Amino acid sequence: MIKINRTDLDRFFISISEKMPLFLPVKKAGEVNFGRYEEGTEVSLDVLKTVKSAKDFFFPQSETMMKFKKDGKNLEIVDVREEKEPFVLFGVRACDYASFAILDKVFLQEPVDTFYKSRRDAAVIFTLACGRPEESCFCKVFNIDAADPQGDVTCFLTAESLYLRANTEKGASVLSLYNKGENTDGKEVEEQQKKTREIMERLPFANLDLGKFKEENLKELFASSEWQSLSEACLGCGTCTFVCPTCQCFDIREFKTRQGVVRFRCWDSCMYSDFTQMAGANPRTTQLQRFRQRFMHKLVYFPSQYGGTFSCVGCGRCVTKCPQHLNIVKVIKKLGGNND
Amino acid sequence: MTEENLIPKIGVVTDIRKDTPDVKTFRVVGTDGKKLFEHLPGQCAMVSVPGEGECMFSITSSPTNREFMEFSIKKCGCVTEVIHGLEEGQMITVRGPYGRNFPVEGDFRGKDLLFIAGGIGLAPLRSVINYVRDNRKNYGKVVVVYGARSKDDLVDIEEIRTQWVNEPDFEVYLTIDRPQEGWDGHVGFVPAYVKELGLDPNMTAVLCGPPIMIKFTLAGLLELGFKKERVYTTLELRMKCGIGKCGRCNVGNKFVCKDGPVFRMDELDELPDEY
Repeated sequence: MIKINRTDLDRFFISISEKMPLFLPVKKAGEVNFGRYEEGTEVSLDVLKTVKSAKDFFFPQSETMMKFKKDGKNLEIVDVREEKEPFVLFGVRACDYASFAILDKVFLQEPVDTFYKSRRDAAVIFTLACGRPEESCFCKVFNIDAADPQGDVTCFLTAESLYLRANTEKGASVLSLYNKGENTDGKEVEEQQKKTREIMERLPFANLDLGKFKEENLKELFASSEWQSLSEACLGCGTCTFVCPTCQCFDIREFKTRQGVVRFRCWDSCMYSDFTQMAGANPRTTQLQRFRQRFMHKLVYFPSQYGGTFSCVGCGRCVTKCPQHLNIVKVIKKLGGNND
Repeated sequence: MTEENLIPKIGVVTDIRKDTPDVKTFRVVGTDGKKLFEHLPGQCAMVSVPGEGECMFSITSSPTNREFMEFSIKKCGCVTEVIHGLEEGQMITVRGPYGRNFPVEGDFRGKDLLFIAGGIGLAPLRSVINYVRDNRKNYGKVVVVYGARSKDDLVDIEEIRTQWVNEPDFEVYLTIDRPQEGWDGHVGFVPAYVKELGLDPNMTAVLCGPPIMIKFTLAGLLELGFKKERVYTTLELRMKCGIGKCGRCNVGNKFVCKDGPVFRMDELDELPDEY
């Protein structure tokens, strides 16, 4: 493990960013989100959660898939994919890192999504252990250890220093770009980890029971009368899906340019009324149905499709961002028979 | 760059046949004049006129056709309207094949087969029926019950009248919803006709058509003693990717694009009623 003083962090970031693009939590217009590091960037490592998750780096909000050239009756497809240059994604929290494994299940399953894979392969991920988990956090429910996330390099931030532990060769080679780190046994880190785990135990959502959410209960959960009261206040704004690190539904759309047609994919939301709209019919015409779809997908459908993994990492973004205070925790409590 | 499933192939429309006032059948080959890809009966493909949208359609032609693919498409929305405006020689894009096919080499082998279709529902069934015709010795008796709003709305009626009816051990029953001049065949809805025909419940049945027809026909078949494990149908939902990733076409824990579009009735019983 190596140790870098907080006062030297800029030098550390510069040494990486000179070699490859470096993205980390950056404060901009009052909000912290992942952004590219440049000298003078206001890096914000003490903020626990970025507003948006880190999924953009592999599954961007919008990306061009291909172009078409039209000439009379003729048509040509232009493959715009290109090899992605290596980049460093620094400061990924345990919950967001766990979300990558969930996205992998979808996008890397055959047939492999090459748009996603090329970005995934190009990334060197530095995770950042949580020092002070917040009230809205419940990653522990999904067996995620906020005190010791994995990735190519794991970082631990204390009041004075940043500790870094390389987990992969890829991570070690990026770490070696900075040669002023001090070797340490990481005692201070262990103490902090202990504290973090103690906090996790005491958080209000630490003991949510997911036992009820099984394929065998699919039809019973679907038919539950609780969906009515749970979904009543939902505005269908889709904020939950956009801030969610595991929501991966997408749309494929096109626009015309003078040179031809551009086909792109962009995030979509099952909370929107036209998500399932066909020419003649729509299987989900009410917000109750759309709300139910979102949570049934995360808690029942996804686990049944992907070996028991829930499509939630307990980051709590939906808990803090929903304008109507609806969230997956309320659904788990109501349908899972948890006492409030 | 490795192959990307979402990047389509270019297809050329080589023939357009107007089947009914709102159904056209498009013959498509690759730019090299050859068939774009192989498929199995019941599978689908994403067809697109770039700039106008992309939609999933069942491949109407049988896999035994080695020269080209056909799509029978009903004009019912924005994209199909544009497709209906295509001209011969025009290029489109096609990707696929997608989804689970009818078990023509599995459960269908050696069985007596009953095909029941309503309107454009014949499109996916035509692929299976012609596959069965081309491998006739592998299957028992075949019964086709096909209905449409009027005699002008029967898709592929030429092929049915000139070829299907002449097959050995092959019965074809046509019906239209209301009496019409020039029609001396059966008149009435498909579900009622199916019950009237008193069909042998040991046959394996395949249903395809509007949801309301499927609902009532299935009830009729169950009354006749058919088992849900031997009744197949296809589902249709909005799709974007075709490979179970875009998250759009699920019914419960199944994606219609990947786990369907072919489902057995007992499988559908396991799913929430949201299709």
